[in-house]
Order: sequence, then C-alpha cells, then structure tokens
Amino acid sequence: MKKFSKNLLEKITEGVLFLSSTITTLAIVLIVFFLFSEGLSLFNHSPVEEGFVVAVNKNNSAHDLSANQIKNIFDQNITNWAQLGGSNEEILLFRTDNISNYFTDEELGDSLQFVPARMNQLVDSLPGIIAFFPSKYVDKNFKGKLLSMKNVEVSEFLTGKEWYPTAEPAAQLGVLPLILGTLWVSLGAILIALPLGLATAIYMAEIASEKIRGTLKPLIELLAGIPSVVYGFFGLIIIVPMIQNLFGLPVGETGLAGSIILGIMALPTIITISEDALRTTPKSMKEASLALGANKWQTIHRVVIPYASSGITAAAILGIGRAIGETMAVLMVTGNAAVIPHSLLTPVRTIPATIAAELGEAPQGGLHFKALFALGCILFLITMIINLSVEYISSRNRFKKK
Amino acid sequence: MKFQPEKIKIKQLKQDIAFNLFRGLSILVVVVLASILSFIVYKGIGVISWDFLTKMPEDGMTKGGIFPAIVGTLYLVFGSMLFAIPVGVLSAIYISEYTKDSFFKRFVKLMTNNLAGIPSIVFGLFGMALFVNKLSFGDSILAGSLTLGLLALPVIIRTTEESLMSVENTFREGSYALGATKLQTIRRVILPIAFPNIITGLILSIGRVSGETAPILFTVAAYFLPKLPSSMFDQVMALPYHLYVISTSGTNMEESRPMAYGTALVLVSIVLIVNILANALRRYFKKKVKMN
Repeated sequence: MKKFSKNLLEKITEGVLFLSSTITTLAIVLIVFFLFSEGLSLFNHSPVEEGFVVAVNKNNSAHDLSANQIKNIFDQNITNWAQLGGSNEEILLFRTDNISNYFTDEELGDSLQFVPARMNQLVDSLPGIIAFFPSKYVDKNFKGKLLSMKNVEVSEFLTGKEWYPTAEPAAQLGVLPLILGTLWVSLGAILIALPLGLATAIYMAEIASEKIRGTLKPLIELLAGIPSVVYGFFGLIIIVPMIQNLFGLPVGETGLAGSIILGIMALPTIITISEDALRTTPKSMKEASLALGANKWQTIHRVVIPYASSGITAAAILGIGRAIGETMAVLMVTGNAAVIPHSLLTPVRTIPATIAAELGEAPQGGLHFKALFALGCILFLITMIINLSVEYISSRNRFKKK
Repeated sequence: MKFQPEKIKIKQLKQDIAFNLFRGLSILVVVVLASILSFIVYKGIGVISWDFLTKMPEDGMTKGGIFPAIVGTLYLVFGSMLFAIPVGVLSAIYISEYTKDSFFKRFVKLMTNNLAGIPSIVFGLFGMALFVNKLSFGDSILAGSLTLGLLALPVIIRTTEESLMSVENTFREGSYALGATKLQTIRRVILPIAFPNIITGLILSIGRVSGETAPILFTVAAYFLPKLPSSMFDQVMALPYHLYVISTSGTNMEESRPMAYGTALVLVSIVLIVNILANALRRYFKKKVKMN
C-alpha cells in the first residue's frame, strides 16, 4: 500500500511540475497571440478614427484613397478631384466647425437636431465637397456616399515618413522615424558601451588582481540592478542640461542623451557576458602562448580574444537588444519628437518610448491603439531575431569547441 | 635570429599602453557608477526621514511622504513573486530533473530564453491586453502582479535551473543507489544543496521587479491615490512609476524635486539592500559548503 501511494505521489508531482513548465511556453504563445491579433488588425482598418466619417457627393468617382492622399487634400496640396481620378471639380474642404459658414444656428437647431439633414443637403448640393465630421451626424437616408479609402497598408506603415497618429481626418502612420530613432540611439549606445565594456571585461578577466576583480564584480552587478527610471532620472537631471550647455542647444533632450544613458545601462550586460566568455579560455592555450615567448598582452589579443570572440559577439548583440528594448530611461531623456533624426543633437523617439508615451491616450481598440500594438509586434520581432542570433552564435560556438 | 632587445621593448611598451588604457577605462566605468550613486544619495539623503517613509503625500506632492508608493511596491512584489516563484522553481525542477536532452527540454529552454529577452514594455502591452481588458481585471494589483510575475518568470527559471544543474551528479547517483525515489532525491538531496543559489536568484528577481515601470504603466499604476488599496482589484501607487511622473510631469515639478530625489534614493536603496543580501548569502553558504 505504501509503495502505491509513493508512486501516486510521484506521478502527481511529476504532473504538477510538467504543468508548471508548460506555463512558460503558454506565456509566449499568449503574448504572441494577443500582440499580433491586435497589431495586425490595424491593416484591416481605415485610417480614419472611429466615430468619424469622410463623405463626398454621391457622384464623386474618386475611390481607394490612401491616408497620405487624404492628408494632402486637407493640407490643400491636392486641389482638384481630377488629380485623384474623379471629375474635374475643385475640392471643397469641409470640417465640422465649418458648418457655421453655411447655416445659421437656427437652421441647425438648438440641440443640433437638424444637423444630419443639413449635412445631407450640403453633401448633395456641392459636388466637389469632401466632408469630415462625426458619424453621429450622418442622416439615415444619407444622400452622399462615404469616401472609399484604402485600409492602412503594411508598406505605408513600414516606410511612411510621418508619425501623426492623431491627425485628422486621416492618421498618418509611418513608423520610419521611430525605427530610425531607435536604431540611431541604440547604435550610439553600443558605440559607447562596447569599447568601454570590452576593455573593462578584459581588464577584469586578465589583468586585474583577484582582489580588484572581487570588488569590481559586485559593483558591476549593482550597476545592472539599478532601475531604468533611476537612470532616466539621472539623465534628465544631469546629462540633459549638460548637453544643452555643452552644445548650446534649445533643449538638451536629444538622441545623444539617450545614447549615453543607454550605453551606461548596456555596460553591465556587455561586461559580464564578455568577461565570462574571456574566462572560458583554457589555461593550456594561454600557457602555450606564453611559452612561445609572447607577453601577456600579445596572448590576450591574439589568443584569448579570438577564442572568446563568439561570446563577445553574443555580449554585444545582447547589449544591443537591451538598448533597443529600453523604455523609461529613453522616454525621459530623448524628448518627444517622432521625426526622422538628422543628427544626434535633436530630439528623437524610439519605438518603446512611443508605445509607453501614447498608449495612455489611445482609445481602447481604436486606430491608434492598434497602431501601437503593431509597433509592439515590430519590437517583439526585433528582439526575437536578436535572441535567436545569439542562440545561433553560441550553438555554433559549442560545435567549434568540440 | 639575432637577439633584438628593441623588439622586446616595443612589445613591453605596447603591453603597458594597453594595460593602462584598459585600467583607465575600467576606472571610468567605476567613476560613472559611483557618480550616479553618490549623486542620488547626496541629493536624496536630506529628504529621507521617518515621516517621508510613512506619511501620505500632501500639498500636490511637494510635502509629506511616499508611504502609499512603498506599500504599493510591496504589494506588487509580493503578488508577482506569489505567481512567479512556485511556477518558476517547479518548472526549473521539471526541466532539469525530469527530462533528458529531449526536444521538449530544448524547446522550453528556447522559449524561456526568448521570454527573458522580451522588452518590459511588451509585457506591459500584453498585460494590458490580457489581464486588464480581456479578463476584465481592470487596472488592478492582480493585473500588475501577473504581468510582473511573467517578467520575472524566465529569470527565476534560469537561475534555479543553473543552481540545480550545478549539483554534481554524484549526489544524485548516491541517493538513487541508496534506494530513494526521484521525488525523495529531489526533496532531500538536490534541493538542499542548490538552495542557496536558488534563494540568491529569487532575491535578485525581487530587486528587479521592484524597479520595473513599463509593465505597470498600464496595468495598475496611479500617480495619486487618496487611500491605500483595499482589495487586489484596486489600483496602487508604485515607487518607479512615482519617480517617473514626479520628475517628468505632475504639478509643481520644481517644488516636488526633493520628493523625487527621495523616491530615487529609496529605489536605489532597495537594489543595494537586495544585492548586499544576495552577496552575503552567497558567501555564507559558500563557507558552509567549504566546511562540509
């Protein structure tokens, strides 16, 4: 009897343990699912926000307009329907507040009850009109038609140069400025962190005495544990004004500030992983090199570093990954400009900072909301590629060593 | 070959330059760290007082304390660890003890590593989509804890698994040889040996979770709540979020600055304490093992 219950306990325990480990896989599956289902639904969505319509005269033959074209229309860069495949008719812009140009307050009704009928009148009588107004004012027997627009497209999302998700009437959703901002800042961070980190790692692994190494290592761990907000706070208080004064800029919130702070944050990752990689160099190799007459430095740069090169590459890539995914520090320090950066001395926006900054104001399930999830998908893919390449490098490394 | 003393001198010179360069750069790194820490300590220490730590904020965040933020962070740490520690440790035990280099094992390892690399804001997005919206927990301690727990999960699994793997096989074999079952071996032999490293990993995760902002931005955090939370469905104030808002927006940015320094110092102190604790534990257990 005792043996039976012993076995049963074993089986139950094994079941519980198995269940626990599947939760990790489940977590990733769920994350991918939610992220992508919301994010990809962006591309089935028109660029006009919920609750608003863009209406034209029922005889207007322009169709399948893109968000960019809508923007150009309302910016008055396009002035004739003929430019869009319609008839030769001047475009007449109409926004909700223009309604008082056409009707008196009495005609609209004191609780705006006549507005749908008036809108109807307007759209029917003016063949060149393009009207942007809330959908609750669309009359039941609407005599105009809703302008057919293309849904947000993947290509314009990925290559569009303007990110104005709250633009009216059509949101401009181009992530290029965000992607470039992320790349610039991360690249700058790695340019700072890699040399510094590698040098420190080499120092710790090969040159420093045990005592120094023993004090340095916990210090680096401490650096790794400091929360992102604290770095951002430090950057905001010290680095930003410093840059502002040093370069005489109107604001110190720049890509450079972001790179500096991100560089400091990526340092511990690069240092610890590189140091571990350098320490795996077999003693026999080092001793052989010394026996051949090389001095310590030659041994380091001709034997140890090449041996650890894959580990160092992994460290660099992971450092880049850390920099790309950082949210709070970047948010606090690089300013708020979602524009394509032309130098490191202007404000930029990175992808995670954009998500964090705008998610609070994006109405649930709306266009902006989905766009931010789509950004999250891009971020997820970037980090997944980084992780997989590190896996690949370390598995190749294992092969080589064997 | 002729003996060439010049070449040796050049070699030595190169080495000296390189070594000193590296020494200098390492010192630079230390200096950077030291300046960040000392800046925060210097500016924040004047603000820390018993009142600061135990009172509610007053006067639009320019006076009073950050007690609710501390409480909120404690709740979130507790909640997230409640989820992440059992799931993480049990998963690690399963992965390291019950499966041998099978496809499943490698698959779960891959998943864990990928989960570990996902940026915290993506966890925040996910937490919002699933816990706040889909499951309708709303902005709550529950949603925040689950999101933070997911963030900590891969780290805990990794450190626990490494601790278990570092237990030499001879212990396992000896135990089996004496007739113990797998469960008994794990409970009485392996876990006790790996215990210190596991605990160290858990402590470090606690430190990490207490400082995370992005996952709680949209799942639980609020800037000012007049009362402490009364249920797990309430919103809560949290230290990292508090520091973020108080230093970038909020009313009276200039006058609230001292409070911001104080909050930053409290956050850094948590990390310091966690690190010191973890290191002390490591040394204590290393001594114990050496003595045995």
